[in-house]
Amino acid sequence: MYTISNRLKMASIALMILGLLGVSYGFWDSHQYKTEEDVKVLLASEHGDHHGDAHATEGHGEEAAHDESVHGAHADVDHAEAGHEKSHEEHVLHQIHNRPWSALYVAAFFFFMIALGVLAFYAIQFASQAGWSPVLFRVMEAITAYVLPGALIVLGIAVASGTIGHYNIFVWMDPEVVEHDKIIQGKSGFLNMTGFIIRGLIFIAGWSLYRYFARKFSIAQDNAEDNKNFKKSFRIAAGFLVFYIYTESMMSWDWIMSVDPHWFSTLFGWYVFASMFVSGITVIALMTIYLKSRGYLEFVNDSHLHDLAKFMFGISIFWTYLWFSQFMLIWYSNIPEEVTYFVTRFEDYQIPFLGMVVMNFVFPFLVLMNSDYKRIPWFVVMAGIVILCGHYVDVFNMIMPATVGDRWSIGIPEIGSILLFAGLFLFIVFTSLTKAPLLAKRNPFIKESEHFHY
Amino acid sequence: MEASKVIHAIYTDDDVLMAAVKKVKSERHHIEEIYTPFPVHGLDKAMGLAPTRIAITSFLYGCVGLTVAITMMNFIMIQDWPQDIGGKPSFSYVENMPAFVPIMFELTVFFAAHLMVITFYLRSRMWPFKKAENPDPRTTDDHFLMEIPVHNNEKELSDLLKETGAVEINLIDKAH
Repeated sequence: MYTISNRLKMASIALMILGLLGVSYGFWDSHQYKTEEDVKVLLASEHGDHHGDAHATEGHGEEAAHDESVHGAHADVDHAEAGHEKSHEEHVLHQIHNRPWSALYVAAFFFFMIALGVLAFYAIQFASQAGWSPVLFRVMEAITAYVLPGALIVLGIAVASGTIGHYNIFVWMDPEVVEHDKIIQGKSGFLNMTGFIIRGLIFIAGWSLYRYFARKFSIAQDNAEDNKNFKKSFRIAAGFLVFYIYTESMMSWDWIMSVDPHWFSTLFGWYVFASMFVSGITVIALMTIYLKSRGYLEFVNDSHLHDLAKFMFGISIFWTYLWFSQFMLIWYSNIPEEVTYFVTRFEDYQIPFLGMVVMNFVFPFLVLMNSDYKRIPWFVVMAGIVILCGHYVDVFNMIMPATVGDRWSIGIPEIGSILLFAGLFLFIVFTSLTKAPLLAKRNPFIKESEHFHY
Repeated sequence: MEASKVIHAIYTDDDVLMAAVKKVKSERHHIEEIYTPFPVHGLDKAMGLAPTRIAITSFLYGCVGLTVAITMMNFIMIQDWPQDIGGKPSFSYVENMPAFVPIMFELTVFFAAHLMVITFYLRSRMWPFKKAENPDPRTTDDHFLMEIPVHNNEKELSDLLKETGAVEINLIDKAH
């Protein structure tokens, strides 16, 4: 049995408190700007910094024009057709208020997606009756404990942003915007608050039910005489995977793609899946290495690590394939309503957008290519940390351009949100790890897994 | 120093063969070659063979393929006969690069895969019309053959091999 060390417990609680402080500061800081007058002062001071006072007005004009043309879907929505004009200052004020909400949402989604990715990976192990992985099942089960709280938090933030907030993440939640926007009106049969909540709850219920029963059968199998529990787990895993691939895709439209309600991509669900899958596998590898370094998991050998690192390598390439497929088709066809998505990212998000490709593809590709390096723990840890940061930036790039436009930064609200959910994630995952023995000892493939060597 | 006499020990099971290889190695005998009907996992390590360098050649061939693709597309689409495709007339490789990525990818894989296979065949001394070196046709069906050079120690060796579960032990004179 694993017992959570006091240091780890304290560290996770400290992370949560620090994070909460950061998040609160972010909200407080953003509400220092209450009126358009405040924003005017801010913009004037910014232009003073950039262009010198003499060019202030000229620079401002350029900036405003640039905002109109580049800010893609969201800008279109704000400046909707029927003469509902907003001033540049009002637009910027809204972006400033959106930032802490979006920062919170990005971090919440990032940690939730790790847990959901692991849940899918776990189900695949059962459905394919994999022989190498059963020694890692308890680690995977512990990580999936975060699916339910994590998903509820993401849905909660999304709904709160459209109820107690001022439509800070999803513009389509704002009835005033919808009233003036024919395109969103056409989609409102799907994109409406009631549907959003009901769909979200169905997704979460399905995932959590699978997680609950899979865990139950896995623990019951420990002391069983036959393989009945394993067979049940096999059957529900197959069913869950079908449910998962539909709901994951719809979840990605609802929870991410709809922040740009005019824009759509048909492989978006796959793209988000690749991101969550590789992040999840990376966290399994990191946690396994951590537990081994603490003297647990003595039955895990370097061949298991090698296989996890192969998955990290392979799925990183898979992610790049989808990222590039989405980009190239839109770049090539150059249809204004589609290409605006990437124009925004190239104009205002060049460093995170291209830096993400380096972190998620070039770095793991070169570091994990050599077979021997996949068995060296510190190499895998290094690659893993870069991959995780890269996929945080990936989620950041999916949400932020629509909500805060060019007023993005990685500052206290973003880091505070990461710390908050990192603390919560660690606390829930490691607490769940203490609830069951670390070896699923009566799994029919456990012998094969223990003797696995590559 | 090539021994003129070798022992051919024949096994009928890969697990028995693996155990035998470990035993023979631990008694400090040199194993010349092993013929198996299918790849036996971990046999190369047990025999003490040096790790393969085919992965390095594959990486280098991939780099060649990538270079060929870049040079080729640059010549065809930018230098020699620039075209206006999709309303994007441009004389810059970098600006058109995304369109060439699938070609760059495919040629990298093509070069790496084909040249690696050819390298593997040549390194294994296999080419068209080559006569098989295989000493016993049964190793292409369901038997495993271990070849050990003899240095006036036939008796000791055959006792050891019998002990490890060899079903047949033949002394072969290779001198010709």
